[in-house]
Amino acid sequence: MAAMEMFHVQQTPGVVLCCLCGTAISPNPTNMCMSCIRTQVDITEGLQKQLTIFYCRNCGRYLQPPRAWIKAELESKELLTFCIKRMKNLSKVKLVDAGFVWTEPHSKRLKVKLTVQKEVFNDAILQQTFVADYVVEDNMCDSCSRAAGNPDQWVAVVQLRQKVDHKRTFFFLEQLILKHGADANTVNVKKMHEGLDFYYGHRSHALKFVDFVNSVVPVRHRNDKQLVSHDTKSNHYNYRFTFSVEICPICKDDLICLPQRLSTSLGNLGPLVLCTRVSNSLFLLDPATLRTSFVDAQQYWRAGYKPLLTSRQLVEYVVLDIEVIGGGAHSNNDSAGAGGGGRYLLAEAQVARKSDFGQNDLIFTTRTHLGRLLSPGDYALGYDLYGANTNSDELDSLKSANLPDVILVRKSYEEKRRRIRGKPRPWKLRNLAMEVDATAVSGRGEEEQQQRDYERFLEELEEDPEMRSRIALFKNPQYTKVETASMAGDDGEEPPQVPLEELLSELRIADQEGGDGDGVGSDGPEEMDM
Amino acid sequence: MAFFLMCSMFEMEFGDVIPVVKTSVGGTRVIGRMCVGNKNGLLLPNSTTDQELLHIRNCIPDEVVVQRIDERLSALGNCIACNDYVGLIHTDLDRETEELIADVLGVEVFRQTIAGNILVGSYCVFSNKGGLVHPRTSIEDLDELSSLLQVPLVAGTVNRGSEVIGAGMVANDWTAFCGLDTTATELSVVESVFKLRDAHPSAIVHEMRASLIDSMA
Repeated sequence: MAAMEMFHVQQTPGVVLCCLCGTAISPNPTNMCMSCIRTQVDITEGLQKQLTIFYCRNCGRYLQPPRAWIKAELESKELLTFCIKRMKNLSKVKLVDAGFVWTEPHSKRLKVKLTVQKEVFNDAILQQTFVADYVVEDNMCDSCSRAAGNPDQWVAVVQLRQKVDHKRTFFFLEQLILKHGADANTVNVKKMHEGLDFYYGHRSHALKFVDFVNSVVPVRHRNDKQLVSHDTKSNHYNYRFTFSVEICPICKDDLICLPQRLSTSLGNLGPLVLCTRVSNSLFLLDPATLRTSFVDAQQYWRAGYKPLLTSRQLVEYVVLDIEVIGGGAHSNNDSAGAGGGGRYLLAEAQVARKSDFGQNDLIFTTRTHLGRLLSPGDYALGYDLYGANTNSDELDSLKSANLPDVILVRKSYEEKRRRIRGKPRPWKLRNLAMEVDATAVSGRGEEEQQQRDYERFLEELEEDPEMRSRIALFKNPQYTKVETASMAGDDGEEPPQVPLEELLSELRIADQEGGDGDGVGSDGPEEMDM
Repeated sequence: MAFFLMCSMFEMEFGDVIPVVKTSVGGTRVIGRMCVGNKNGLLLPNSTTDQELLHIRNCIPDEVVVQRIDERLSALGNCIACNDYVGLIHTDLDRETEELIADVLGVEVFRQTIAGNILVGSYCVFSNKGGLVHPRTSIEDLDELSSLLQVPLVAGTVNRGSEVIGAGMVANDWTAFCGLDTTATELSVVESVFKLRDAHPSAIVHEMRASLIDSMA
């Protein structure tokens, strides 16, 4: 209470004359008026008003000395941070505000407006705003200049090979690579004889790719390196790395005659088995008993057997009669192995070669796993062991045993497909940009063969939903539904098709509308689930 | 070197009117900060040596009392500001010192602060005609001080905005010396408040004579 009532002398601040110009001001630490202080001190002295920064036009990055290159948009926060960092002596003042002054993007100038504070004389703080001018100079970054100097710059190559007479595995692999973005670091892809070469800027990228391939197909690989140059003084060695990756030559639908030992180790499977699926292991099915088994890459390469007959040797049969053996229950219980699960039904089939029709009366009786699919009058594709001219020791040793004359592999939709062949599908696939190697010149016939392989690959996708689930299919914008009406009444059953729900729609940027849309490597269109 | 230059300058200015004495106080050359005096007397700090005291006594006229005082605060120039009639002193000075000041310098003594600073000698300079004080002195303080001192006072600066006025200038009734950095504006303030424009030694003699005759009559 007493303190409240204490007498206080009122303090009216006086005026003094500015020591330079003599105008009356209220006293301040410098005892100068603001305009005089401005004329006396420049707190931006020692700060650079014009700087040079380096910009790589190819990759759009700025040089952060000594050797880092950072990506930044014009007028972005990152670029502002970069510009402020580039200015020397800025730590001697307190930065209060910074912002870009708009300049023409092609003027090669950046203007940054900076507001700084600094203590002058005795605890008088002065604030000043100034504009720093950054001159943007073009300077190629290391990686771009290396790429410009020699576009073929690579350090590691992955040579992916499969010694078979078709390209279907590579078509499928291409889709897998695109779906998983495994080609992100790929410098170049070259089409070679019996395979593809993938080039990489770093060994680790190549290793990563090899790992990817290893996880999707059964492969074996070895690597080598070649000394390109070295500097003994600083202990630098420059190598080129080569990864030779060989894909197992067994493909889907191939017929294999298992070696005796392997057959025994798989519980007397086969020995004549069909390969039903290839992921990073092989799925084998004995069509006579519906027993299945799988062999992983390591197991395969230990024995290294070759297919007895491949899908190119498939022959078309006409199913004359089909008779399920022991009802559905027996087969299902027995074949509880991988991939069995009620898909197959053991049946006794009477078939005749389509080419024999009207020529002779040869009729074969065989056991088949396609009991669920086939009905009399259908066409089926199978291996003709009766007429086949095989060259296999394993098969020769089995000659005594009771070999089937025919092994049916899958139902044939050849007749029905003939009508829609050449017409566009409602879906499409993306492609990987590839360079065709000049040394692996393909003749006209080979190109046609490749076309046929691709067509077969697409049909396979239509037939096999499991295979479809592993890759990404896209809607075909060019496709228009027209011929459904004419097809409806014919014979009821249509060849398998891809349901529309499985398709993805491509994300397209308006500018790229002109392009044909098939993604090129890393910057391909993005996918969205429907 | 600068010290000698300054001495010679003072000699040049005052040579024919006032004798200029070179001395040290307690071995230091900053005599202005160490001692304080007026026409009646001169106070020296207790760090002054006997030799210096003797030298100063010899040089100064006999009417002026030279006294060495035993005071803890030895920089008397910073603690005491005075003209020939009034003195302001540091608030912490001893009572005996205060009495000594009153006796030796023949002044009325006030314990004061200037704009909150207790070093009154540093932050103000005044003569018998006017005075300059710290720039932050409020108008109320300025009125109070000038009524105590009976001279006009002005808040101002010397040496390009420095508020340590005592360290930047010396003044008597007809001359003032300011530091080299002092600007023209500051000089004009000093000139006007100390009434130096038409002041010169002979003028004051005339003035004094007039007043003397006036008082005698």
